[in-house]
Amino acid sequence: MFKGIKWLRIGVMATALLMATVTAGSATDLAMYYPVAVGGPLTSVVDGIVDDFMKENPDITVKAIYAGNYNDARIKALAALKSGQPAQLSVMFSIDIYELIEQDAIVAFDDVVETDEEKAWLDSFYPTLMENGRTAGKTWGIPFQRSTIVMYYNKDAFRAAGLDPEQPPATWDELVAMGKKLTKPDGSQWGAMIPSTGYPYWMFGALAMQNGQVLMNSNGDTTYFDDPAVVGALQFWKDLGEKHRIMPKGTIEWGTLRQNFLEGKTAIMWHSTGNLTAVKDNAKFDFGVAMLPASKRRGTPTGGGNFYIFKKTNPAERKAAMRLIKFMTNPENAAEWSMKTGYMGVSPAAYETQKLKDYVKGFPYAAVARDQLQYATAELSTYQTGRVRKGLDDAIQAVLTGSKTPAAALKEAQVQADRLLKQYR
Amino acid sequence: MRATASRNVHGWLLLMPAAILLIAFTHYPTVATVIDSLFSKATAIRPSRFVGVLNYQRMLDDPIFWKVLANNAWFALGTIPTSIALAILMALFVNRSIPGRSLVRMAYFTPTILPMIAVANIWLFFYTPDIGLIDQISTWFGFSGHNWLGDPTTVLPAIMVMTIWKEAGFFMIFYLASMQNIPPELEEASQLEGATRWYYFRRVMFPLLMPTTLFVLVNAVLNSFKLVDHLFVLTKGGPDNASNLLLYYIFETAFSYFETHFAAALTVVLLILLSVMALLQFFLLDKRVHYR
Repeated sequence: MFKGIKWLRIGVMATALLMATVTAGSATDLAMYYPVAVGGPLTSVVDGIVDDFMKENPDITVKAIYAGNYNDARIKALAALKSGQPAQLSVMFSIDIYELIEQDAIVAFDDVVETDEEKAWLDSFYPTLMENGRTAGKTWGIPFQRSTIVMYYNKDAFRAAGLDPEQPPATWDELVAMGKKLTKPDGSQWGAMIPSTGYPYWMFGALAMQNGQVLMNSNGDTTYFDDPAVVGALQFWKDLGEKHRIMPKGTIEWGTLRQNFLEGKTAIMWHSTGNLTAVKDNAKFDFGVAMLPASKRRGTPTGGGNFYIFKKTNPAERKAAMRLIKFMTNPENAAEWSMKTGYMGVSPAAYETQKLKDYVKGFPYAAVARDQLQYATAELSTYQTGRVRKGLDDAIQAVLTGSKTPAAALKEAQVQADRLLKQYR
Repeated sequence: MRATASRNVHGWLLLMPAAILLIAFTHYPTVATVIDSLFSKATAIRPSRFVGVLNYQRMLDDPIFWKVLANNAWFALGTIPTSIALAILMALFVNRSIPGRSLVRMAYFTPTILPMIAVANIWLFFYTPDIGLIDQISTWFGFSGHNWLGDPTTVLPAIMVMTIWKEAGFFMIFYLASMQNIPPELEEASQLEGATRWYYFRRVMFPLLMPTTLFVLVNAVLNSFKLVDHLFVLTKGGPDNASNLLLYYIFETAFSYFETHFAAALTVVLLILLSVMALLQFFLLDKRVHYR
C-alpha cells in the first residue's frame, strides 16, 4: 500500500516538473548589440524601451548589449556570430549592408514577414531612410537611429556680427559671406567648422550632393569620386579654410567639434542631428538649427543605424526579433527616442503622435532633419565598403592638409574603388 | 629504469598546464597565422584558395604598408631612447633623499597606472586647437595655436610625446629598484678618487644598470609596436595615414575590411620584425651586460 503511494507521489512530481520545464522552454531569448554614436546617456533610454517590451511580451527575454561605436558594434556582432554565443539581431551601421550580405550574416526582412499587415509595415518608413536598407529588391535593414547632417549656428554670435539670426546661410555663397563676418581676426571665433576626421566621407557626401552629384549608385558597385561636380565640392571645402579663411586649415576633429561649438569657438557647425538634445541641454547661448546650404541644390546624406536580423537564427527567434523591432520602431517609441536624442522619427506616423507633435511645436528644430529628408540621399555604401570609404577619407584628408590637389586625390580614390568593385558589376 | 620513466612522466605532467596555455595562445596561433597568410580572401563569388605568396606581393605593392612601416620606425626611434633617458633621469632624481620623495615617485608613476583609452581621451582635449590645454599655454607665451593632431607633420611627434609621458614612469621604477641595489660604497670611493659625477655615472653606474637597460629596451621596443590603443581615440591613423602604425593597420585590415588573410600576412611581417629585434638585442648586448 505505502510503496504504491510513494511511487505515485514521485510520478506526480516528475510530471509537474516536466510540465514546468516545457512551459519555461517556450520562452525565446534574444541578444542584441547596439552602438551609441552621439552624446548623451542613451544606454539607459534603450534599456527603458527594452524593459517596456519585455513587460508587454513576457515570453521573450531580451539582452541589449551596448557595443561602443558603429565599428565596435559590427566587430562584436560578427565575432559573436563566429563564436558559440551569437546575437539574434543588432543595430549596426546602415552602410554595412553589402558587407553583411557578402558574409552571409543577415536575412532579408522579406523572408521573415508573412502576413499582409507585416509586409505593409516594411513600407511604413520614410523611403529615403530605406535607401540604405534595400538592395536587390529586398529589405535588409529597418531604420532605428537615423539622422541627417544639420547646420547648428550660434544666434548670439550672428547678432554680434550684425547678421539676422533668423536667416542662416542658405547657399554656399551666403555661407562664405556670413562666415567672413563671423570670423574674428584674433582667431577666437571661426565662421564655420565642418569636421574632417571621424566620418569625413559623410560630410563630403553632403557637399557633393549639394554640388549636384551623389557619390555612388544604388547597386553598391559603382562610385563617382572623380566626377567634376565632386571634385568641385572638395575644392570648395578646401577653399573654406585656405582661400576664404572662415574655417581652420587642416583637418577638424570630429570628437571635439561639439565642445568647440558650445564654447563659442565656431559660430556654425555641421554635425549630426543626433547631437541635438545634447547641444540643447548644454548650450549657454541662443542657438538655431537649419538645413545645409545649397549650391546647385540642397543635399545631405542620411546617417545612423538600422536593425538587422542575423541568419544564424531559428524561425521562432526571427519572429521574436521582428516583434522586438516592430516595438522599438513603432510610432510611440520612435517619438520617444527622437525626443531623447535628436535622431529622426523614422516613420511619418511617429510625427503624428501627440507627444512628438507637441515637442516639435515647442522646439521646431527637432523637425529640421525630417524636413531635409526631401533633399536627402543614401550614405556612402558599396561592396568592400571599408576600403572604398578609407580611400575617399584619405583623399579628403590629403587635400585638406595640402598634400594633394582635389582632382589628383579623387582620381586616385576612384581608381582604387574601381579596382575593388569591378568584380561585382 | 621504471623510476626514471615515472619521473619523466611526472615532469611532463607538471609542465603540461603551462605548455597547453603556451601552445594554445602562442605557438598554434603563430602557425595558423602563417598558414592563413597563404590563402586568399573568401568572397561571395569565390571561396578562399591557396595563393602562395600573393598576399606578400600585394603587401610590397601597397603604399600604405610602406608608409606604416616608416611611421613605426620613426615612432620607435622617437620613443625608445627618449623614454629610457627620461626614465634614468627621473630615477636618479628620486634616488636621493629629497623632501617629498614618495610624492614625486608617485607623481612620476601615475601616468602608467591610468588606462590608455582614458589617457588618450584626455590628451585629445589637450591637443585641441585653441581651446586645448597645450594651445592655451602656448598662446600665453605668445605663440599661436596649432592643429597638433590635424597637421601631418606634427601628428606623429604629438603621439610620441604622449607615449613617452605614459611609458617613462614605468621604466623609472625598474631603474630605481636597480639603483637601490648598487652599494653606496662605490659612489663614495669614486668621490674619494676625485671622479666627476658624470664619470661615475658613465663608467660605474650605467654598466651596472645594463641588465635593467636590456629589459627596459626590450619592453620599449615591444611597446613601440604594441601601443596603438590611443590611435583609435586620437587620430584613427591620422590625416591621410600620417599617424598610422603597423598594428593599427592590421586591425583595420582584419576587422574593418574583413581581409583576414591579408592581415595575417601583415602579422607575419610584424612577428618577424619583432623577433629579429629581440634577437639582435640579446646577442649584441649580451657581451655588455654584467650580471652579478
